[in-house]
Order: sequence, then C-alpha cells, then structure tokens
Amino acid sequence: MNVLAAIEGSVNTIGYGLAAIGPAIGVALIFVAYINSSARQPESAGYNRTWLVLGFALVEALALFGLVLAFAVGG
Amino acid sequence: MPILSNAEDDAVSAELVAAEGLPWPPSVDDFFLPPVAGPFVTKFSIMIWIAVALLLIFFLTTYRNPKIVPGKGQWMAETLYGFVRDNIAKEQMGTAGIKFAPYLTVLLSFIALTNLFGIVPFLQISPNSHIAFPLVLALISYVLYLGIGMRKHGALGYIKKSLILPGIPWPMHFLLVPIEFLQVFIIRPATLAIRLFANMFAGHLILLVFTVGGFVMLNSESLFIQVASVGAFAMSVLMTFFEALVAVLQAYVFVVLTANYMGDSLATEH
Repeated sequence: MNVLAAIEGSVNTIGYGLAAIGPAIGVALIFVAYINSSARQPESAGYNRTWLVLGFALVEALALFGLVLAFAVGG
Repeated sequence: MPILSNAEDDAVSAELVAAEGLPWPPSVDDFFLPPVAGPFVTKFSIMIWIAVALLLIFFLTTYRNPKIVPGKGQWMAETLYGFVRDNIAKEQMGTAGIKFAPYLTVLLSFIALTNLFGIVPFLQISPNSHIAFPLVLALISYVLYLGIGMRKHGALGYIKKSLILPGIPWPMHFLLVPIEFLQVFIIRPATLAIRLFANMFAGHLILLVFTVGGFVMLNSESLFIQVASVGAFAMSVLMTFFEALVAVLQAYVFVVLTANYMGDSLATEH
C-alpha cells in the first residue's frame, strides 16, 4: 500500500480544540452581560466587576481542564 | 513492515527538523528541571523558600513601627490587607470573615508572588505549574471550609445542610443529592487546584512556544522566516504582559472562591 499523505501528532489537540468551543462561548456570554449591564447602568460597573472576574475564571477553568488533559492523557 | 521507510520518513519531516539543541516543540518534559542539590532541593523548592522569605520580610518590616500616618511600606501592606478584608472577606463571609482576613491576605500574596515568578528573569517558571503546590493550597482551603462548617453545624448537620436543598419536591433529591455531594466534597477542591495549575502550566507553555519558536525561526535557512521571527519575539513580550495579568487574576480568584466556600459553610441555610 502506498502512503500518499501522513499526519503526525496526536488526537489530543483536536480534542482540546473541540473542548474549547463551549468555554469560549461561555466567556463571551459573561462579558456580554457585563458590557450590557454597564451600558444600561454605569454605576453598577464597579459592583459587577467582582462577578465578571469570578465568572470568567470559573468558565475559563473548563477550557484549561481540556488543555491539561490534552497533555496529561497519553500525550 | 513499516508503512514509511526511514528515508521517506526523513524526507516528509525534513522541514520539521529544528535547530539542534533547542527544546522544540515544547512539551511536558520542559517543566521538569534537573535537581539543584539532592533529590528534594530543586529550583521549585528554592523558589518557594524565596517567596516565603520575601513575604515574611515584607510584612514584618513594614509593620515594625506602625505609625498613624503610614509610610510607603506600611501603606502598601495596609492597602493589601484592607482590600482583602473589605472586598473579599467581608463581602463573601460577612463580619465573621474578618477573623480569616489575615490568612486570606497571605494566601493572596503568596499565590500572586509565586505566579509572578513565571515572568521574573532567571526564575521564569512558576512553582504552581507543578500540580503539587496548588493541590496543597486547595487542600488547606478544603479542610478550612469543611472544618468551619462542621464546627458551626456539627458534622452531620453540615452534611445535611450542604446536600439537601430546601423547598423542592422530594423525588428531585435522588438527582440533586449526588450532584451536591460531588460539588461540595470533590469538585470544589479539585477545581481550585486545577484552575491555578492549568493557568500557570498553559502560560508557561505559551511563553515557551513563542520564545523557543522565535529562536527556531532565527535558525532557519530562509531569510523571510528569520525576519518573521521578530513577530514571535514580539508575541512573547505581549504574552509576558498577559501572563502578569493572569498571575494576579488567578490569585484573586483562588482567594475569592476560598472565601466564598467558607461563607457558604457558615451560612445557616443552603
């Protein structure tokens, strides 16, 4: 059998790429909510910044689990 | 019988052969450094000692002779403590949280300092990029919020309070109690540790990609790629700034979540 093309690398990167779709949309939703609420009521921007940061880190963690597992599992 | 013969294999991947001696592409092995002295004194343990020493020296010398009108050092220490006590401890735990503000301040400054070691020259890796250090910090937070909850509500009372939500129809409990058990007793400390670890791991990996990749590009034969390596180094500068932001942010998030979990334990209803 002749090999016409070969791909090197592992499937882990494909898995991580797929796994990062959800958290990316989630982070975008969080920032959309913050921007919208700050535009409607600018005085709330300072109060909401706590929840912005917290929500961002919680959702980002899911994307980073994917990255870590891409390296840790059979990479 | 191999699918590709060795000669074909080299021809296919000839463009991927980087300059000799450069650790390319970056991998998990780049995070394991040779020990400095003996099996337990590594660069990471020295960095932890440096961080502890810096924090001790900072807080002791700035509060040696506290004055009513503070000098610069005392002002910095007081700003840090005031920020943690007002915006984190009191907001998440109420007035009962002031007792824990000193621990949270030290936690915040320790995590921020060890995270920032990822961009300090000559150190350039954060001890938190090994799972051990965030794991211990998360376990301390875990024991802390479990202990606080069990001291206030009693062991069984605390478990009942955290697993059973009030005001829902009883068949839902079959679904909710396992989920709540997983959440409170397993997922919280695990995500605390993994969030910090993964951020530092990913940050270091990104910096490795751009800096070592810039050198790989410099060592290529094509002039265009050598000129384009400026882009790689510029990206590494940008990612260093981004890494500084992520370092402080992850420390803040760790402390806020710890305070939140402790406040959750102290709350009288779910």
